[in-house]
Amino acid sequence: MTCDELHGKLMAYVDSELAGGELTEFEGHLRGCAGCAADALGMLQTKLATRAAGMRYAPSAEFRLRMEQGMRPKQKPVWWSLLWPSVAMVAVAAMILFAAVTVLVNRSGRERELTEIADMHVTELASANPVDVVSTDRHTVKPWFAGKLPFSFNLPELQNSEYTLVGGRVAYFEHSPGAELLFNLRKHQLSVFIFKDEARGFSARAGTATATRLALQIETWSEGGLRYYIVGDAPATDVHALGELLRKAARS
Amino acid sequence: MPLFARLYNFAHWLTQDRSEAEDLVQETCMKALKGFDSFRQGTNFRAWIYRILRNTFLTSRTGLKAAMVSLDDEEAPVAEPVAHGTPESILISNVDQQAIQAALEGLPVQYREVIVLCDVEEMSYQEIAETLAIPAGTVMSRLSRGRRAMRESLKEASIIRSTLK
Repeated sequence: MTCDELHGKLMAYVDSELAGGELTEFEGHLRGCAGCAADALGMLQTKLATRAAGMRYAPSAEFRLRMEQGMRPKQKPVWWSLLWPSVAMVAVAAMILFAAVTVLVNRSGRERELTEIADMHVTELASANPVDVVSTDRHTVKPWFAGKLPFSFNLPELQNSEYTLVGGRVAYFEHSPGAELLFNLRKHQLSVFIFKDEARGFSARAGTATATRLALQIETWSEGGLRYYIVGDAPATDVHALGELLRKAARS
Repeated sequence: MPLFARLYNFAHWLTQDRSEAEDLVQETCMKALKGFDSFRQGTNFRAWIYRILRNTFLTSRTGLKAAMVSLDDEEAPVAEPVAHGTPESILISNVDQQAIQAALEGLPVQYREVIVLCDVEEMSYQEIAETLAIPAGTVMSRLSRGRRAMRESLKEASIIRSTLK
């Protein structure tokens, strides 16, 4: 490699663009040529000095912060931080109002439900034919409902009890068919209504609930997807005792 | 944020103005984030983001003005900037950093940007070619001419300095 050839590649050498045999040949020439070595050194010094001088500008702390904030996910605007307590209060008030309305609606539904059941019991007793199947035998009454109701149920064994099964018929509550059973207890008559447990006022409540409507005792509960109602003018303890017999039969 | 400080330095060398440089970096970062899908995995990220910055600069008022400056025939062969009269090492030792910065500032932006990318950012010719979207031969040509112009500028600064001593 001659000095002129070397000068043609001097810039590439200083910029680390030479490689392989070309680099070896270049450096071989530099070792034997003081003039070319001085030129290469001078260019390298200029490059290093330019590098040092070129690192001149640095972003300000303020700009760096602004950029970092700009890159972050957007924060809530200032008006939101001032307004959010009011928004939260309105939301809480709306939730309370919704809960109150829900309770009132449920209570209203429950009232209507109990009144309806009490009316059905009174209507049954006022009827000339209060039952369509007349039998004291549960093995006669229960099969009579087969095919008439979209569900089945068990009746308790009433031997050795004060209760007597009179019979039953199909009743309708909110367009759903159910069983209406009539029991005698001493001089009292008790109606038992059994429906599929739909979303009615009591449906959301677990356990047994009692109430009094038209001086009638009412007890209701849910068991095995069925909603039971007992209505009658007997004392609450007697109504509850019949309920226990029915619950026991349902679990058997 | 990777490359933030270096992007800002390059932006400032291009615009020669702090406020414009900040705007340029900010816009570059927004464009890079927005168009990150266009970055192909396995390619040179640094060249990609510097290219966004440089293209954004060219659409700015300063960039448009700078682009209107015509250069000499870039493809013509250029003699290497080797000074046989005054060895470069002696020239460099005679000037301070401010003189080098002034010489770099005085260059047309097309020469200034290749020198900053090559000497300051230490990019290879190929990377510079990708960043500026020009052939590698043009990179070498601009580097050579830019360095020669710098050397002339530094020589003047050296003479003035020697006279003042």
